[in-house]
Amino acid sequence: MQTVTTLNSKMPRTLILDYNLGNLFSVKQACAHVGIPVEIGNSKEQIESASAIILPGVGAFPEAMKNLTELGIVNILTNEVNNGKPLFGVCLGMQLLFSSSEEFGFTKGLGLIDGTVEKFSIGNNDKKLTVPQINWNRIEGESFDNTPLDSVSQLDYMYFVHSYYVNASDSADVLTTTNYGGLNYCSTVNKNNIFATQYHPEKSGEKGLEIYKKWAEINNLIYS
Amino acid sequence: MECVRIIPRLDIKGPNLVKGIHLEGLRVLGKPEEFARFYYENGADELMFQDVVASLFERNSLDDIIEKIASEIFIPLTVGGGLRSIEDINRVLRAGADKVAVNTAAIKRPEFISEAADKFGSSTIVVAIEAIKESSGKYLAYTDNGRDYTGVDVFEWAQKVVELGAGEIIITSVDREGTGEGFDIDLIKKISESVSVPVIAHGGAGNQEHILNLIKLAQPHSVSLASIFHYQYVKENRTNAASEHEGNVEFLKSNRSFHKFETINIAELKEYLSENAITCRL
Repeated sequence: MQTVTTLNSKMPRTLILDYNLGNLFSVKQACAHVGIPVEIGNSKEQIESASAIILPGVGAFPEAMKNLTELGIVNILTNEVNNGKPLFGVCLGMQLLFSSSEEFGFTKGLGLIDGTVEKFSIGNNDKKLTVPQINWNRIEGESFDNTPLDSVSQLDYMYFVHSYYVNASDSADVLTTTNYGGLNYCSTVNKNNIFATQYHPEKSGEKGLEIYKKWAEINNLIYS
Repeated sequence: MECVRIIPRLDIKGPNLVKGIHLEGLRVLGKPEEFARFYYENGADELMFQDVVASLFERNSLDDIIEKIASEIFIPLTVGGGLRSIEDINRVLRAGADKVAVNTAAIKRPEFISEAADKFGSSTIVVAIEAIKESSGKYLAYTDNGRDYTGVDVFEWAQKVVELGAGEIIITSVDREGTGEGFDIDLIKKISESVSVPVIAHGGAGNQEHILNLIKLAQPHSVSLASIFHYQYVKENRTNAASEHEGNVEFLKSNRSFHKFETINIAELKEYLSENAITCRL
């Protein structure tokens, strides 16, 4: 038993941050499937001691920021990430990383990446383009080498559900773009220790699972 | 061009996958987990599960099945059948569903749609509309798998559910469902043209041409298919794995051919649609 305890204390441990928004279940299932040990929580201690953090999220930006603020974890989260802790943002969890959002008025974000969150404005020329976009769509970028997208091919399909998109100030932070209604918007960001996707890799089939796996391998998060 | 999603629909009764005609006369086809696994590997864009008896007997045995499927299948899952309250929706989402489909509870109390959309977001709430064509040509919405008359006009109802916050609509032609005679193109075209949310067409596919014609003429965002895929799977994997404790398994045992259906698997269907200029995730 002693051995097991010792091993466990040295195990990498990824925190799925629960801020009372969105379905954590599917992210947890995807992590389990590719062998990432995770825990779900939102305490300061958990954020500090975690090897890495996944910020999921489905819902509205202002409510998400309100919840994070009420939990009193905005500063500790940004400090840990600024100090190099790996962070994986998914969907709303990606949008929260940016400076601000225009969803239901102006809301300040975590400010880890420069840029704003804006609403799709789709013209009436194509009735099939709906807001939210609820569909599979393609991602493309210059090179995926040595990023969590290493196993993904150009123009692979990922699953998207969103009404707002991020407009990144620095194109160097943009790993992929996706086209919706003629707009090429940022669908993956990759900046130092921060990786985030507008799509849901945990709902994008085997290709999506590969993204979690690669991210975990790059950050030594898989216990073997 | 937008991807047209291909969504296998799995009707569940107790532990079994079943299939009926006009949403009635259910026959047992096998274990839903096995069909779901095959459809995932075969290129399904999403899966839809409908508990076909929950609304009648207030039974909710689907949760366990969903929980198991959600731990090994990584595409969106929509679950419907007997969801009457915010707590019911919460429970299904916790079991691993990404979206829920509501029908009966929404018609009985339309505010249920806005309450659910406020709580879980519009993109989580699908409203299922079961349409039956009257002899007058009018389409009326039914509930409880086409059993219960409501007198509600289908097109007015479609507009209303979108106003109330529905994120998607699945429109079933009960007249065509399970028959293999082809879709009700007029019905789906009119719904698809009149609402601003994605429309999932369901009911009637007997062959791949029916599906191509539907997409070309009625332009739904997605197509939900059951018999044409299920019978293909049964042909290829003829086992008696279904739980025999529940439902009519005679049909399976009889080894009868599904003569009205030119069955096909998902990969073949997507290939065919792509060759005919329809964008699919291949």
